[in-house]
Amino acid sequence: MSHEAEPLGLPEGILAHHFSSLDRQNEAMRLGMWLFLATEILLFAGLFTGYAVYRFQFPLAFAECSRHLNIAAGTVNTVVLITSSFTVALAIHFARSDKPRAAAICLVLTLLFALGFLGIKAVEYTEHFHEHALPGKYYAFEEVKIPGAAMFYSLYFLMTGLHGVHVVAGMSVLSYILWRTLQGRYSSKYYTGLELGGLYWHLVDLVWIFLYPLLYLI
Amino acid sequence: MRLSEADSQALAGAPPAPTYLEDGTTVMSWLNTRDHKRVGVMFLASVIFFFLIGGVFALLLRIKLLQPGPFFVDAISYNRMFTLHGVVMIFLFLIPAIPSAFGNFVLPLMIGARDVAFPRLNLGSFYLYVLGAAIAIWGMIHGGADTGWTFYTPYSSTTPTQVLPILLGAFILGFSSILTGLNFIVTVHTLRAPGLSWMRMPLFVWSTYATSIIQILATPVLGITLLIVSVERVAGFGLFDPARGGDPVLFQHMFWFYSHPAVYIMVLPAMGVISECVCAFSRKNPFGYKAIAYSSIGIAFVGFFTWGHHLFVAGQSTFDAGAFGILSMFVGVFTAIKVFNWVGTMYRGAISFRTPFAYICGFLYFIVFGGMTGVALATTSLDIHWHDTYFVVAHFHFIMVGASVMAFLAGLHYWFPKMFGRTYPEGWGLVAASLIILGFNATFIPQFLLGNFGMPRRYYQYPEHFQALNVASTAGATLLGFGFVIIFIYLVIALKYGSRSVPNPWGSKGFEWMTASPPPTHNFDEIPTITQMPHDYRTHEPPGVIRVA
Repeated sequence: MSHEAEPLGLPEGILAHHFSSLDRQNEAMRLGMWLFLATEILLFAGLFTGYAVYRFQFPLAFAECSRHLNIAAGTVNTVVLITSSFTVALAIHFARSDKPRAAAICLVLTLLFALGFLGIKAVEYTEHFHEHALPGKYYAFEEVKIPGAAMFYSLYFLMTGLHGVHVVAGMSVLSYILWRTLQGRYSSKYYTGLELGGLYWHLVDLVWIFLYPLLYLI
Repeated sequence: MRLSEADSQALAGAPPAPTYLEDGTTVMSWLNTRDHKRVGVMFLASVIFFFLIGGVFALLLRIKLLQPGPFFVDAISYNRMFTLHGVVMIFLFLIPAIPSAFGNFVLPLMIGARDVAFPRLNLGSFYLYVLGAAIAIWGMIHGGADTGWTFYTPYSSTTPTQVLPILLGAFILGFSSILTGLNFIVTVHTLRAPGLSWMRMPLFVWSTYATSIIQILATPVLGITLLIVSVERVAGFGLFDPARGGDPVLFQHMFWFYSHPAVYIMVLPAMGVISECVCAFSRKNPFGYKAIAYSSIGIAFVGFFTWGHHLFVAGQSTFDAGAFGILSMFVGVFTAIKVFNWVGTMYRGAISFRTPFAYICGFLYFIVFGGMTGVALATTSLDIHWHDTYFVVAHFHFIMVGASVMAFLAGLHYWFPKMFGRTYPEGWGLVAASLIILGFNATFIPQFLLGNFGMPRRYYQYPEHFQALNVASTAGATLLGFGFVIIFIYLVIALKYGSRSVPNPWGSKGFEWMTASPPPTHNFDEIPTITQMPHDYRTHEPPGVIRVA
């Protein structure tokens, strides 16, 4: 099989046998990732729908519970995640300009920010456990006792929990990409893998950007 | 069979490249394959296996229903069996049957590609299927669930049966389905052969593409819904529990947002198979190619806005019910466009009445009947009478078995020589097809009547005056079962002892016949250049292609 369009100096095993050119393969990978992101958004859409329904049903309880969340922690976490999105974008920029070492440093920074996010979230969760501000049948929070409060915490834990799972998944993806970067796989000739990892991380960030006002800023 | 000119040319010109079946014969070479054809064959074997399991459950249910009172099994086992029948048939057979088995095998061949866009992901999709199936089966062995395949809350979050593994299994199976759909969309966008414009794409590819859109956009919503029910069972979150302020109707909305479009995941690929077979066995160009292609997309689109017709008696507002009812009828319009065009394709064609054509006839009759009862059910006033009766059961079996399984069988016979290079016994094929079509009618027409007389679905006991029709239905199901057993036996024998087939036994001009049967591992020695429409019977050129010298 001939690959006339194969650029010189590309590491082994990047262009799969069934693609006629690297451009075509990059196009396929990007389209695949965007479609996957669409499925992720629809996965969260179910929870957002639930949120809309119950906030409409229990507006007072939702506002009251929201006021008892740790708004400082939520705000810091928003900044942390947005910054981590920036460092991922920088990593792609450096990889494209053939600076793999700088790209790797940016990826490490992103992973640290992600850990920081999870740490702050863990502190918040601990507070909720101490206050018994727990979902559904475990709800025994003394300060808010109106109907619908338990529902708020059910949704809060489901939404931030599912988002947390995505943060962990994103960290695994970024760690794999970091390993590939250190191997020297990404350069100005080929950086699609890194780009797709970045896209996924932006999605994780974007979901949080919707969760933050809906949960903390009512 | 006499070789046509095109076949002899193909035979003479083909170097003895190993077929995909000969390229590595160890078990590992199958389990670790990246070849879309092998993944397709593994899916095919799995879905047929689960079809047999689901079929056995169906027969056991019909045996119980021979008697109005307690008989053969107790009530709780009966509830478990209809749940498992539904779960197995829908999640393990109907949804993956045509897209994952036939789609994987023929879609890349039809568009002149060497593989799907992401071969590893494709294999991953198969293993997710196996994992999901294993978890669900584990749950069934350890007691099974009694909720019905619809898992309606709050019953599903409180019943003591094993709902959790089945929810989890369905959740994982959903991801298998998503990955297959994603792969097909990307494949169609990026791997079409030169000259294969959208308006030259085979109709099976169009309908599979439409199916993939639904798989990608609807399945995640089912995923999150099942996840919430699981969390509710384990930790009492109460989102769907009225005792905690939750709304069980919200579950129904979210469930049917997936599960109604899922009906089109089951039937759209079936329509694609029929579009291919109608042309091949009428030896005629598709009549109204664009209408068939666009109506697939139309069904995929409008299918997202019909879910509310499952909630007519669930406290939905009259306005909603009316809107959902009218939107549901649009599906009937698109389906009717297709039926008209299939019949138009047959008109004045040179029909060869082989086994696949027998199934086409069955399919057309069933989809018209099933579709018309569907339009009737979409009418709110009628639905209130028929809701949750055997009328609904008969209606959706007409679509899911009558349409989808007929198309599955048509495809199985049409592509059997393509996949395995063997021929099946035509006489037995026609005998089995007649048995199945007859048996199907005998099974489900009595159920239409029972439903209209008011017999509710899923009930263990029924009044004695319903017995005669129930016995008729069970007799029909037995015929149906015999038909499937005959097919299973002769196809297994044909796999090993069937006479060798020529590369294109039907003289079909479908693009998947551009390459040898069975195809070599890389499908094409040289990527073909497409210069024709699919199924262009006006010329004597080989299908689809005039090779560039």
